[in-house]
Amino acid sequence: MNASAYTSILIWLPVAGAIFIWLLPLSRYATGALALLFSFAEVGLWIKQASHFDFSQSGLQMSQQANWFGDLGVSYHVGVYGFSLWLVGLTVVGMAACTAYGFWVGRDRPRAYFGLMLLLTGATVGVFEAQDLLLFYAFFEAMLIPLYILIGVWGGARRMEATVKFVIYTMAGSLLMLAAIVAYGLQAGTFDLVDGPTSGSRWLFLGFMVAFVIKAPLFPFHGWLPDAYREAPPEVAAVLSGVIAKAGLYGMLRIAITKFPDPTSYYRTAVLALAAAALVYGSLLAFRSPDFRGVVAYSSLAQSGLIALGLFAGTDLGFDGAVLQMVAHGLISISLFLIAGAVERRTTTGEFRLLGGMARGRPALATLLMTVGVIALAVPGSASFAGEFLILAGVFQRAWWWSAIGAAAIVLAAMYMLRLISAVLHEARGSTVADEALDLRPGELALVVPLVAGLLFLSAWPAGISNHSFFGPSPTAAVRSQFK
Amino acid sequence: MTLNTPPIDWFGLSPVLTLIGTSFASLLCAVLVPRAARRLAGAGIAVAGFVAGIVLAVWLYIDSADGHTIAAGAYYRDRWTSLGQIIIFAVGLATTLLAVEHVPGWRRDADPDRRDDHVAEFFALLLASAGGMAFFVGAANLMVLFLALEWFSITLYVMCAIDYDLEGSLEAGLKYLIVGSFGAGALLFGSALVYGATGTISFDRIATAIGSQGLTGDAFVVVGIALIIAGLGFKMSAAPFHMWTPDVYEGAPTTVTAWMSSATKVAALLLTFRLMTTAFPDNQHLWGWAFAIIATISLAIGNFAALVQQNVKRILAYSAIAQAGFMLIGLSAGTALGARALMFYLIPYSAAAFGSFAIVAARERELGVPVTLESLAGFGWERPFLGVAMWFFVFSFAGLPLGGGFVGKFYVFAAAYDHGWVWLVIVGVLATLVSLYYYLAIVRAMYMRPAEELQVLPGGRVAVTGGAPARETLLHLAVGAALVVSVGSLFAVQPLIDLAQHAASSLPL
Repeated sequence: MNASAYTSILIWLPVAGAIFIWLLPLSRYATGALALLFSFAEVGLWIKQASHFDFSQSGLQMSQQANWFGDLGVSYHVGVYGFSLWLVGLTVVGMAACTAYGFWVGRDRPRAYFGLMLLLTGATVGVFEAQDLLLFYAFFEAMLIPLYILIGVWGGARRMEATVKFVIYTMAGSLLMLAAIVAYGLQAGTFDLVDGPTSGSRWLFLGFMVAFVIKAPLFPFHGWLPDAYREAPPEVAAVLSGVIAKAGLYGMLRIAITKFPDPTSYYRTAVLALAAAALVYGSLLAFRSPDFRGVVAYSSLAQSGLIALGLFAGTDLGFDGAVLQMVAHGLISISLFLIAGAVERRTTTGEFRLLGGMARGRPALATLLMTVGVIALAVPGSASFAGEFLILAGVFQRAWWWSAIGAAAIVLAAMYMLRLISAVLHEARGSTVADEALDLRPGELALVVPLVAGLLFLSAWPAGISNHSFFGPSPTAAVRSQFK
Repeated sequence: MTLNTPPIDWFGLSPVLTLIGTSFASLLCAVLVPRAARRLAGAGIAVAGFVAGIVLAVWLYIDSADGHTIAAGAYYRDRWTSLGQIIIFAVGLATTLLAVEHVPGWRRDADPDRRDDHVAEFFALLLASAGGMAFFVGAANLMVLFLALEWFSITLYVMCAIDYDLEGSLEAGLKYLIVGSFGAGALLFGSALVYGATGTISFDRIATAIGSQGLTGDAFVVVGIALIIAGLGFKMSAAPFHMWTPDVYEGAPTTVTAWMSSATKVAALLLTFRLMTTAFPDNQHLWGWAFAIIATISLAIGNFAALVQQNVKRILAYSAIAQAGFMLIGLSAGTALGARALMFYLIPYSAAAFGSFAIVAARERELGVPVTLESLAGFGWERPFLGVAMWFFVFSFAGLPLGGGFVGKFYVFAAAYDHGWVWLVIVGVLATLVSLYYYLAIVRAMYMRPAEELQVLPGGRVAVTGGAPARETLLHLAVGAALVVSVGSLFAVQPLIDLAQHAASSLPL
């Protein structure tokens, strides 16, 4: 098989799986098993794709192009770069873990649920692989549809408000992006991301950026985040913060920074300020948050800010660190949300004042949460330490005070993560923590341990990503050349 | 005295004639066929008529690469006409399938003996209105335009009132009649003014006269155009000529609403595009702005009014007004790209509009009461196919990439941008954002509330007790076809755009 077929198969296999599951009247168990099979097939296909990727070669790889509508220059054009390869990997691995979680907890209405999870997988992979602006937009929007239903049907008590807020916020951004896409494409005569020229229009840059800063999100566009992350089922919250948020950051890298070099430098200080605000404000809110998911949600806001700081630093180290941190934080955040889900299933709550003392007699839970927490607070030697160090070093080259702010926020990260760990695992036993509450079951371990193993692997070899995201020794040169 | 009759290209008129012929045949059924077989006989004739109409229209599409007028310059035989007719007839075919199980007397408490009394007349009217619309899109002079408009309007008035033992249905028919006559009057008056200024009623000669005699700023012409726009605005239910739409769409039998909301709009918008670009090309600065403003008002009124509605038919009616606004964006550009955008937009739009009303009809029949957001609770889980289809239709309306509505929106925005109207793109984007709220409300009502919350009548009375909903094979078939068109137009953009492009090449752009 031609290696470039993997790009398309990775997008359409889960979509086909979703249709398959919707049409076949299978039992609950068989539906979940089939969905899981499709998710694992995705992981396998991604490994095959990665093995075919040639890191010593520049430009788009494994690309496929087909006409969609030619009169406006829109085509179905997919392919991968080094950094998109890692994000696709994050997506398929994360989605497999989250689908497995849904299977483990036995979500009701299984055919609808697993079909939507697969649809979400396909759409998200599509975002990271699309090389045509309209196709990118279509996948970007298509992610929203399954998310809306997943939160709205399987979410918590206040899911209605959460979904409305989530959809209206994100659509406000992405519709402005659609207007910007129309304008960019008609000016350029093509909607292709590879062939498209750079543009100096500040309005268009802002049109794209508003969609990405809402999706990421950055301060002050994060209004949807706390509700959505709290009301969503844990595995969907994991996808949201671990994978979907990265689509916004990816868009900044692939489109906003690459296609709009002049507006990027014009607005650099403003975006860096928003990113720094997200980082500090998110960290403070995470520290103040009264519940498990709140901490993880706001720490995601902070991490998005940190990654945006790296991207808009516009330096070699910044770009490398941002891509590494996207993957590392994705894995951390998915693990934490799944552990939060496991805790909530045992205690019916995530509130710290009702939790505590869960480490006693539950070694697996304690070990895993401790490991992920320590990696999340960027202890030296961990993957996120490598990512954050690169980002801070990169932004230091821009101006020293940015990295001073960033370093201060990392101290806050230690504070909120340690607070979370001690509130859940240690301190006096919480009123909702019954003796009968089990340790993590083998099924749950099978979900989280591979993610943590991935994190440990990245901790051992962060250069695996940070040196293999952009072609050539200088990421800034790669960005300047539009990855050609 | 000898009467000089012009040579008639009967083949060019054949789609229209077929529909008239089958309409008469269906009417004969009403007296000749016994009641027991009347429904099937009428429906069979209607299916035959629409299929024959589609075949002939496709044939004419292929055969009319060089568009020209026939019947002494009264009617255009070109691809714009043919493609419009194909869309109208396809909707008509789907409406027939829906009507077999639903019209008239869809209610469970209707007297079974009387249920089939007027069913053949219904199919006759459906065929006649389709014929009128088919004639309308091909009109080449103001007289034919007016005649065809009255032709299909009068049949629609009757169709709205066909369930005459329902008060709402009668009210809808009467309201439509009065407001529609007002619109037709405005159109006729405008036509008279244009004739008075230019001395001709044929579209292309009006353009020549305006150009050669320098009548662009002539008061008669300007006021005439304004009145014609107002008259046609009633038919396409664009604001501020939309007042009748929610009431009529709500009151009319849902099958008729499905037919009106999709086919009438196709006919009115396509004819308007042709009329404006053929007869008044020199006045584009006037009507371009007029339609841009009408589009803006339609988007604003349609979307904001839909936000507060509870009745699903009313929500969809206001959504139809807003959708007219989106299509008018393409019209106001008045360019080849605008023509393509409009033609393409109509295809997924008519599928989604028809399909969504058909699904409302199914729920209405099941519950025996008007469908509100409350009474949709649990629908998506009880009838998964219809639920998923509704999901696709409203998301296609909203321009999310689940259906061709997404590409349609993209095209009209591109047309507006290409024309230099960035502000209109922004208006469209903001309107889409507002519209999401009520489109999502429909999905929310279907999926995110358990069936236990279903409250059919105030006080918890349940109108229909127990039992599975009626098997509606034909309705499912019609909805399935609409779903295929709606989703298929997202993927098969290029072939559809090619069709639209060839159709638009018949216009003087």
